[in-house]
Amino acid sequence: MPGDADPLLDVRDLRTWFFTDAGVVRAVDGVSFTLSRGETLGIVGESGSGKSVAAKSIMNLLEEPARIVAGSIRFRGREITALPEEELRDIRGAEIAMVFQDPMTSLNPVLRISRQLVETMTAHRRFTAPAARTRAASLLGRMGIAAPERVLDAWPHQFSGGMRQRVMLAMGFANEPSLILADEPTTALDVTIQAQILDLLRALNADLGTAVILISHDLGVIATICSRVLVMYAGEVVEEGRPQDLLSDPRHPYTWALLHAAPRLDEAVAGDRRLATIEGQPPDARAWPEGCRFRARCPFAIEACARHPALLAVDAGRLARCWVTQAGARLASPQPRAATAAARPAAAPSPLLHVQGLVKHYELPRENFLEPRRVLRAVEGVDIDVFAGETVGLVGESGSGKSTLARLVMRLEEPTAGRIVFDGQDISHATQAAIRPLRRRIQMIFQDPYASLNPRMTVGEILAGPLRLHALADTAAEARTRVGALLDLVGLPPAAAARFPHEFSGGQRQRISIARALAVEPDFVVGDEPISALDVNIQAQIINLMIGLQERLRLTYLFIAHDLAVVRHISDRIVVLYLGRVMETAKSAELFRRPLHPYTASLISAVPTLDAARARSRIVLAGEIPSAIDPPSGCPFRTRCPAAAPRCAAEMPPLAELAPGHRVACHFPGSVAAADRDRSRRSEVSA
Amino acid sequence: MLRYITSRLLVAAAMVLLATLIVFLIANTVPGDPVLTQLGDVAANNPAIVEAYRHKWGLDLPIWDRYWIFLRGLAHGDLGLSISSQRPVIDDIAQYAPATVELSTVAFLLSLIFGLPLGVLAAMKRDSWIDHLARAVSLIGVSSPTFWLAFIMLAVFYGWLGWAPGPGQIGADQFPPPDVTGFMLIDAPLAGQWDTFWDAIAHLALPAIVLAASTMGLITRTTRAAMLEALSQDYIRVARAKGLLRRAIMLGHALPNALLPVITLGGLAYAQLLTGTVLTETIFSWPGLGRYTFQSAVFLDFPAIMGVTLVVAVVYVFVNLLVDVSYAMLDPRVMRR
Ligand SMILES: Nc1ncnc2c1ncn2[C@@H]1O[C@H](COP(=O)(O)OP(=O)(O)OP(=O)(O)O)[C@@H](O)[C@H]1O
Ligand code: SF4
Ligand code: SF4
Ligand SMILES: [Mg+2]
Repeated sequence: MPGDADPLLDVRDLRTWFFTDAGVVRAVDGVSFTLSRGETLGIVGESGSGKSVAAKSIMNLLEEPARIVAGSIRFRGREITALPEEELRDIRGAEIAMVFQDPMTSLNPVLRISRQLVETMTAHRRFTAPAARTRAASLLGRMGIAAPERVLDAWPHQFSGGMRQRVMLAMGFANEPSLILADEPTTALDVTIQAQILDLLRALNADLGTAVILISHDLGVIATICSRVLVMYAGEVVEEGRPQDLLSDPRHPYTWALLHAAPRLDEAVAGDRRLATIEGQPPDARAWPEGCRFRARCPFAIEACARHPALLAVDAGRLARCWVTQAGARLASPQPRAATAAARPAAAPSPLLHVQGLVKHYELPRENFLEPRRVLRAVEGVDIDVFAGETVGLVGESGSGKSTLARLVMRLEEPTAGRIVFDGQDISHATQAAIRPLRRRIQMIFQDPYASLNPRMTVGEILAGPLRLHALADTAAEARTRVGALLDLVGLPPAAAARFPHEFSGGQRQRISIARALAVEPDFVVGDEPISALDVNIQAQIINLMIGLQERLRLTYLFIAHDLAVVRHISDRIVVLYLGRVMETAKSAELFRRPLHPYTASLISAVPTLDAARARSRIVLAGEIPSAIDPPSGCPFRTRCPAAAPRCAAEMPPLAELAPGHRVACHFPGSVAAADRDRSRRSEVSA
Repeated sequence: MLRYITSRLLVAAAMVLLATLIVFLIANTVPGDPVLTQLGDVAANNPAIVEAYRHKWGLDLPIWDRYWIFLRGLAHGDLGLSISSQRPVIDDIAQYAPATVELSTVAFLLSLIFGLPLGVLAAMKRDSWIDHLARAVSLIGVSSPTFWLAFIMLAVFYGWLGWAPGPGQIGADQFPPPDVTGFMLIDAPLAGQWDTFWDAIAHLALPAIVLAASTMGLITRTTRAAMLEALSQDYIRVARAKGLLRRAIMLGHALPNALLPVITLGGLAYAQLLTGTVLTETIFSWPGLGRYTFQSAVFLDFPAIMGVTLVVAVVYVFVNLLVDVSYAMLDPRVMRR
């Protein structure tokens, strides 16, 4: 029997490769770490760095053509890589459990929740079926699901994403494993639900002593839970240490780059808004470069980097795989660039886009003819003004009506009521023919660049299409010149014109769709989560691109995103939506310094943070956004509001201007204060 | 669930009504004058006889009146008199339908019993010999023309090897059992005629196999594809991470999902089997609806054609209803849409 001093998990030089037809993909290629009982370990790294493959290797859950080609994984003294399938099965789900990223697809849609929970327990013969059922209900209750006995026999589709992830956690903890692997468990969820799930995970770790490996691309998420973090790049661990150390003083240039590429809520946005980015892309997993795998992108590279560095101690409790920091050097923060002289032009007196009392109701199909029709109130009386040259950010949980609003503004849909005026012209109910001349001036960028680019057309054809349509290029030669200029504008080489969308990375595809939007020289661009699917560094590149283009072309943006730090970073003004209504709107800095609406305060407070004091006084919003089919009476937020009073159920609060440009729809504005309000005041004073 | 079934039933009823209208309209607008076909040249040249004939069969009334009469008759199970057999069409159908239902049902069950497991096994053991076998079998089944297969089977198993009896529903040495349900395979044991029963089964084998071939190919192929699709889903990975047995993952998690497309296809295939037996019945001298339809068409026997077409329509609507309901029982998402 292994003693308690032995680590729970000891991974040594793990190498998991995929033997594909196109070559050997060395997805995990040199990962070592140990984990003690009850410890919490985070793994960060960009997409494709090998995080998920490493996690699957630990349970040996790999499928063809993946194989562990070298290294050892010792779990409680047993060598996982050498175990036969039957013994692995005894470990899976019983001693090591896994929670996956997408709760919407992780539950079997045709089996009841109860069955899926019970089989987890009965498969390991620890419980009889009736005992497992009783335990399933108590587990669901522990995971924060109300009335667990009642929902036990529900079907997965009757649960929201957050509830499904709670079910997945219940499954994970069902057999009291000693290790739980959570692979991006909150990435698909709203920030408010993410905060709930992370809180739960932390409490479970504390109460049950289950060790946790949490995989995320967001250092903030990891810092809220984990006491140690691994940074992965190109299949290997490049840095290891405590999260706060990594955040304040990164010892690997890749960690350094990750840190500075992500906008943070606690940074000051002043002068130039461009973020620090690193050029290039991660190397091809089929042929890692000789020497340091980060060398081609590393701003600190020296000659020694031509040899492959080892992961060595650089400080007490800290390891890094970098010649420069191993020699004792520190990585200096990038100097913020001075504000560009050409500051933003003063906003024009009349808005470019004027939206007033906008309403969009969807008639849902009847469940069958015996039922009355139901109405989904997606947008319920929204007023927004956007002035030329500014960026307005739109935030709110999923289901708050952000995308519907964007589609209405684009007039991809017709409003049920209200007015949309673009540059003096009322387009609320204009025919498509009447809007066509305006189409050129209003363009949209979507979240998924791949789905919105025709896979059978070359990039050149994709970009030339709108030019032809709007008669901006008469001859083929002229169109070619324009396409070349457009590609240059978004930072792609001219040769890109001859290639197809699938030949590009996610970030490059988003550049292409931005180029397509810009082809027709719009002055108003609506971005519906344009960077949400991208890695931090590429996000930063796209943000920089959008900021640069705004300055050069005097663009006006309506920008939708669920990442508050990003929205704060890029927007001049922010509109907070909830159940199709505006809850609060203010200048970006003002809104984050002094959120007056309880919803805004809770949203801001839900953002994962490294600040321990703020984390402690966080307001975790209970429950989930109600259905827009049956919204609450009075204030729509009252069912979750910590400050709700009887008056809130009776009266809908009007959107009142409490300070110049700061409007709030709440009977008791300012009653819920985020902890960071005081802190930012303090920093204001010291600044 | 009850609500769902009720609403599906209402839809089904509406479909049947629509079918009666379409059937009626088509039958009354096809070219070719039944009077000519039925009366022969001499009588057809005599206006009085023609007039009397048209009056007798209601052919002189306005078309909507005729539809109304037709509908009223339908309500009483009256499909009219067959022009060629001079018997009520409903009696004709009642006489011929059981043989067809028997044949198609056996063929359908055969294709399910072999096709489903074969498809599941092929997906479970992808690229193994059983997968290759399944793909070969389904390719041959789907791509062999029925008449060709029928002749080959008859030639080999009846003509050459002599393992199977010849065409017909029972041999000439057997007496048909007293008609209780109309189904040979039920009536024979009821009457204690076990010899007749076994003889009927032997006669059924070849045509059923011929009919089953392409359906089984389709079912194998669809099951295999649906299983592979289900196996690539996230919830299968989750099931593996729970430490479930492979069998539990395959049969407990993947199969219920894979059955959904198979049900849709199976329903369609069964309806096609029930209504698409003309060739097989003709080749195997099977006394079923297929042959009856063929003869009625040749004689432009309108009431018979209408009756048979209506039966076909009702069969389709009914099978669809069955598919919808069983789909809803397997897939909980259906009713919430
Ligand atoms: N089935 C597969 N066949 C071939 N290569 C694969 C397969 N699955 C993953 N890979 C490769 O393995 C590498 C690591 O993938 P992995 O999923 O572990 O990345 P990740 O760090 O989890 O990224 P993400 O943040 O996108 O989840 C990538 O280069 C990927 O292309
Ligand atoms: S070893 Fe060299 S190239 Fe690699 S991260 Fe360190 S400084 Fe950069
Ligand atoms: S009106 Fe009432 S319920 Fe609504 S946000 Fe304000 S305090 Fe909360
Ligand atoms: Mg992953």
